[in-house]
Amino acid sequence: MTTQMWMLLATFVLAVWLIAVPLGRVLALLVERAPQPLAGVERRLLRACGVSGAEQDWRGYAGALLLFNLAGALFLYALQQLQPVLPLNPQHFAAPTWDSALNTAVSFVTNTNWQGYAGETTMSHLTQMLGLTVQNFLSAATGIAVAFALMRGFARSAAAGIGNFWVDVVRITLWLLLPLSVLLALAFAAQGVIQNLSPDLTVALLEPLHTDAGVVGSQTLAMGPVASQEAIKMLGTNGGGFMNANSAHPFENPTAWTNVLQMLAIFAIPAGLCMAFGRVVGDRRQGWALLAAMTVLFVAAVAVILTQEQAGNPHFAALGVDQAASALQAGGNMEGKEVRFGIAASALFAAVTTAASCGAVNAMHASLMPLSGGVALLLMQLGEVVFGGVGSGLYGMLLFALLAVFVAGLMTGRTPEYLGKKISPAEMKPVVIAILVTPLLVLLGTAIAVGSEAGRAGLLNAGAAGFTEVLYAFSSAANNNGSAFAGLSANTPFYNCALALAMALGRFAVIVPVLALAGTLAGRIRATRAATDSVSAALPTHGPMFVVLLVLTVLLVGALTYLPALALGPLVEHINLIR
Amino acid sequence: MNARLSVCLSTLRPALSVFVLLTLITGLAYPLAVTGLARLLWPEAAAGSLAPSHRGAGASVLIGQSFSDPGRFWSRPSVTAPVPYNGVASGGSNLGANAPALREAVAARVAALRAADPDNALPVPVDLVTASASGLDPDISLAAAHYQAGRIARVRGMDRRAVDALIDAHARLPWLGFIGEPRVNVVLLNRALDGVR
Repeated sequence: MTTQMWMLLATFVLAVWLIAVPLGRVLALLVERAPQPLAGVERRLLRACGVSGAEQDWRGYAGALLLFNLAGALFLYALQQLQPVLPLNPQHFAAPTWDSALNTAVSFVTNTNWQGYAGETTMSHLTQMLGLTVQNFLSAATGIAVAFALMRGFARSAAAGIGNFWVDVVRITLWLLLPLSVLLALAFAAQGVIQNLSPDLTVALLEPLHTDAGVVGSQTLAMGPVASQEAIKMLGTNGGGFMNANSAHPFENPTAWTNVLQMLAIFAIPAGLCMAFGRVVGDRRQGWALLAAMTVLFVAAVAVILTQEQAGNPHFAALGVDQAASALQAGGNMEGKEVRFGIAASALFAAVTTAASCGAVNAMHASLMPLSGGVALLLMQLGEVVFGGVGSGLYGMLLFALLAVFVAGLMTGRTPEYLGKKISPAEMKPVVIAILVTPLLVLLGTAIAVGSEAGRAGLLNAGAAGFTEVLYAFSSAANNNGSAFAGLSANTPFYNCALALAMALGRFAVIVPVLALAGTLAGRIRATRAATDSVSAALPTHGPMFVVLLVLTVLLVGALTYLPALALGPLVEHINLIR
Repeated sequence: MNARLSVCLSTLRPALSVFVLLTLITGLAYPLAVTGLARLLWPEAAAGSLAPSHRGAGASVLIGQSFSDPGRFWSRPSVTAPVPYNGVASGGSNLGANAPALREAVAARVAALRAADPDNALPVPVDLVTASASGLDPDISLAAAHYQAGRIARVRGMDRRAVDALIDAHARLPWLGFIGEPRVNVVLLNRALDGVR
């Protein structure tokens, strides 16, 4: 059975690469223009919206982006508050509290999709569609737009502009995300993901249930337009579930096939963007180097989670429980997992969703073995650069690439260069700011929460596991992941506000420096590739040497920042377990 | 002042009109189109994969139910509140691997299975004593089904081989050995079991 796990992993990685190559071609095309028949439609739509399409400098681009996202957040907040009087609310759900609505609005606009609420008992069908599904699209488009802008910054020479935000966001939404979502939603619906506007459905139980409150003869099932939201939830690395149990819910993820499709959909665009980057800067090897570094980190993480989960819980062995894998069962640590996914597809999903900043879950992360949970945490804390979010994964990894060449330059005593552009302190300032924002938010946020009465009130598990719940929450929020150690009762004014702040700063306090970097880079003169290749002293940024350097840079920054916190949480928990 | 107002309007207008345009397309046109197509192409799946039943609306084959009759296959433990397998309150226990509450719960579930089947000294398959992630897991592993076959045969006065054959008839195996898990749908299996009688 363990060969099954490695087969699944190998097939998955291969499939991601195979998808990334053609998708990268499409993405690289979209950086420049819409394909022909669509370009006319796009131009007319933009003109109707009052968009000239003129190039923006980085300040103009950032301003438009912030304004657009602010509009989205205000609309989503208002929609939740008004849902009791709006149509398509068959269960007559009330408006969520102000702090929950604020948290949800920020969460979906920042592509985090952290959820303090339970979907099937909080949000009306209209809120799910017109509010949450919309932000699933628009936050993804925003992230990809920033990646487009940064790619242009590298590719252009002595240019003032980095593109036009309105053009980018419309083009990405209509010609990339929408068609892919329609196809994926239909594939999900064919496999059994529900898609309707019905009220909750009551069905008879086969065997009446005897409870303290009396005999229950029926079961009520939540309904709704799930497949359409599920598709963009994955493709846009959003991760906010229609239902509370997210992708563990059989109506969201009914079969082993939908599960494979979901994992591929999460990695498709982040991997495709690496390939697109290579094409846009005119050297495809550069894209492969980034994808290789991501893959190395990903496979290492999966290996830990797979082996930890398959080994099972040592406490159970003494209780006469059979955790051995066989032809008849997956075995392993099945607490918080679904039988149709077993260990292999649950462990792989846990790594995929935390490596990419998706945050959907098909198993409960709080019930992972301590070291697996620690690896999931670390994948987020590395800054969501192992594939990462759509757009944010690429621009995050490019920040580390610049840091790597800068450090290498310092060590060899040469002027650091990346893709024919000299990297000076003017470039390194926004890089360092963007890299340091999230650790600051995570560690400060965790410290304030565990140091305050309001923060400790929400813990389910005691001791190190409780500390991990809080660390996980702030790591997830600040890195815009959205998954949770869901034992934490986070739907309180304290956590709703603190996490909303972490999500907003973790998103926009990174995006603005990245756009500033794009602007600075675009203005620099770019040496030709022939000139770059001939300078033997410059570090080539496409070979295995650079991949190793990049991987080590990512790990070093992550480890130095988070090792003390990880030692207090998952490591202590692991030692408690084997003791 | 007027010039400043017009600059302000010239940035606000694209923001609002692009937002409204994309909201209508992705928030109304897209989900409604998918709803229409799904209803047309896969009406049963879109409505929740309900199995026809002689007693009104049949159960969903995707959503598990709780069973405690020793003559039926038991599902996986579900920790949804206030009742197990609550279809509007999905979720898992979220207990950490070290949590004392988890150990106690597993021990109690092992004890309940042993009490219902005192002759069976085999170790209990892990999925039968651990709570699922959704609290609605419709499946158990083949190991968990065969573990219960002896008890069911004894209570129902059936031949053990007939129960095992029923499990095998409903078994679902991984595609090519690595996509999916060996499992059986408890709701369908119990319906078939009731039909044998």
